[in-house]
Amino acid sequence: MNKFWIVLSHTYLSKLKSKSFIITTVIMMALVLILSNMTNILKTFGSDDREQVAIIDQTGEHLFDGYKAEVAVVNDEITIIASQDEENAEKKVIDEEISGYLLLEKDVDNGLKGTYKANQISDSMISDDLFLALSQLKSKRTASELSLTDQQIVQLNTPPAYETIALAENAKSEEDLNQARGLVYVLLFVIYFGVLMYATMIAMEVATEKTSRVMEILISSVSPITQMFAKILGVALLSLTQMILFFGVGYVSIKRNLTDMNEGFFAIFGFGNTNISTIIYAIIFAMLGYLLYATLAACLGSVVSKIEDVQQMISPMTMLVVIAFLIAMFGLGNPSASYITITSFIPFFSPMIMFLRVGMLNVPFWEIAISIGLLIATIILLGIVGARIYRGGVLMYGSSKSLKSIKNALQLSKKN
Amino acid sequence: MALQIKGVTKKFGEFTAVNNLNFTIPEKEMFGFLGGNGAGKTTTFRMILGLLDPTEGEIVWNGKKIDYASSSLIGYLPEERGLYPKLKVRDQIVYLARLRGMNKGKALKELEYWLDRFKVPEYIDKRVEELSKGNQQKIQLIASMIHKPELLILDEPFSGLDPVNVEMLKEAVIDLRDSGTTIVFSSHRMEHVEEMCEHLCIMHKGSPVVEGKLKEIKRSFGKKNVSIRADFDLSFLDAYPGVTKVKTTMEGKILQVTGEDVAADIIRDLVPRGFVRKFELEEPSLTDIFIEKVGAAYE
Repeated sequence: MNKFWIVLSHTYLSKLKSKSFIITTVIMMALVLILSNMTNILKTFGSDDREQVAIIDQTGEHLFDGYKAEVAVVNDEITIIASQDEENAEKKVIDEEISGYLLLEKDVDNGLKGTYKANQISDSMISDDLFLALSQLKSKRTASELSLTDQQIVQLNTPPAYETIALAENAKSEEDLNQARGLVYVLLFVIYFGVLMYATMIAMEVATEKTSRVMEILISSVSPITQMFAKILGVALLSLTQMILFFGVGYVSIKRNLTDMNEGFFAIFGFGNTNISTIIYAIIFAMLGYLLYATLAACLGSVVSKIEDVQQMISPMTMLVVIAFLIAMFGLGNPSASYITITSFIPFFSPMIMFLRVGMLNVPFWEIAISIGLLIATIILLGIVGARIYRGGVLMYGSSKSLKSIKNALQLSKKN
Repeated sequence: MALQIKGVTKKFGEFTAVNNLNFTIPEKEMFGFLGGNGAGKTTTFRMILGLLDPTEGEIVWNGKKIDYASSSLIGYLPEERGLYPKLKVRDQIVYLARLRGMNKGKALKELEYWLDRFKVPEYIDKRVEELSKGNQQKIQLIASMIHKPELLILDEPFSGLDPVNVEMLKEAVIDLRDSGTTIVFSSHRMEHVEEMCEHLCIMHKGSPVVEGKLKEIKRSFGKKNVSIRADFDLSFLDAYPGVTKVKTTMEGKILQVTGEDVAADIIRDLVPRGFVRKFELEEPSLTDIFIEKVGAAYE
């Protein structure tokens, strides 16, 4: 047991102190900081960038003031100025003094007609807002033509009441579901990247020890099984450290912007009132998924002879993770589909897909228990077989053809 | 009390790597383990260390099987050199020593002692990849013996070193033997084994071809070498009865003879022919024995 801790702490500390780890962590933390302050950053860049649009009113109805008011309601960052002739406005647009100009005319039926002209029309936002404002103006104009009262206008504009209600007793409401979707989406990404990144790290670590031949000294002093699991847990600890740093930075910086956040973009992603049980399940499934794939990665890493072969050797494992992730992504839109239900019990997929179901639906507890149970059983089984492959694999040098090497490794570790 | 290898056979599928190996390595002695490439030395070492399980037979150290519980008593220098390339010598040795049951402070003190002794104290804060191959070898030898093991297995410890370093490391190994460590030692360099080992075993294709005390092996080998320099033509010796091998040098001939009586016959025949500048009867070298035994097995 003592040696277990020595290997574990060595794995953890030597990785923690390595330059590559420090650099990636700092970069990721900077990224988290930028992402969590996106609204502020956008505001800083956007504030002095007010758009100016010239209006040429040729309707003869003096619509300019009314239109200006409508535009202000739609987007207060667009400044409206009046212009008399088109030639002058066009020159200003070409000189980039203003973003564009809108020609207001009457069409043949006495209706309103607008033509927006700008250097580039790739930024459709201004045009859309101008159109929206124009539609509002038209409604009001038509209403006054028909002599409707304000109340009548409101009645005309009010959409019908519409609601969706789930009949199953424990189903989540549409609103809950949308919130959960955002959170599950983000956490699925975290699980996906975490499992892939740290499992690869394990495979590389094992392969490095093997190719540098330090492995032979190591296995003469520590049993391969102790070594393998100490390493897996050492990297798990490392991943926790990294995650705590990322989430810590994210949490602190989000907390500072909390007021903007609750009403803005974050509310859509379900961060407003974070669901604690979803987070806990995310941690459980991330850990189990990591254990499963890390054990697999350690075995695969132990049979390669050259560090260049690692990527090739673990590519089937990477494919499994990617497939699981893709199924989960498809499932976000329809988490109760039968293929989601089935795959949520298959161990190599369940860390992501069962988590998706748990996060999005109200899954009966026994289903979660079966899925986790199957997952743990697979981890133990893989651990036992993996330890044998590892024991033989680390002594084996030569070509690394996955299946053949695994067979050879098992033969090498055979008792008799 | 010793390392006993009892009827050990190791098969990898159809291939027999080690076949019915039997010998005892007395305590506090250095044992030479010789053999051509692929003779089964490394496989035997791995079985001694418990990394591989023998197909048949058993290996015991002081009556017990070697396992991870006894790993603090065992030291191992594998043939393929390997250390963490990116790790500093200090971190590396301390880590490996702790895995052999030493505490950190003691490991550091010992490391400093050994680096001083090998005249490379400045390497303590260098990464291994920055060191030359020979110096990496020193570090690795330190790693294998820093915890003063009872049993030390050295697989080709002196390959790739210059003569000065070979002497330095040899002295260290001999000191360790004198302080009570049992050492099993493999080499292709016969003179090292001759110089340091009392008992030895020569392996060929998995089977031991010679095994026992160096002196007895030499004696029972029977054949001796006769080195001759003379002022006259020696070609009549090429077909002399009792001469098994002839090597002609610039100055004369070196003959392998079946026994001392043949040497006596030769000198009797030489003296009447002229002036004999040199006539010397030598014990056979280990190289002769090795070539004879392993070479014979090749044929």
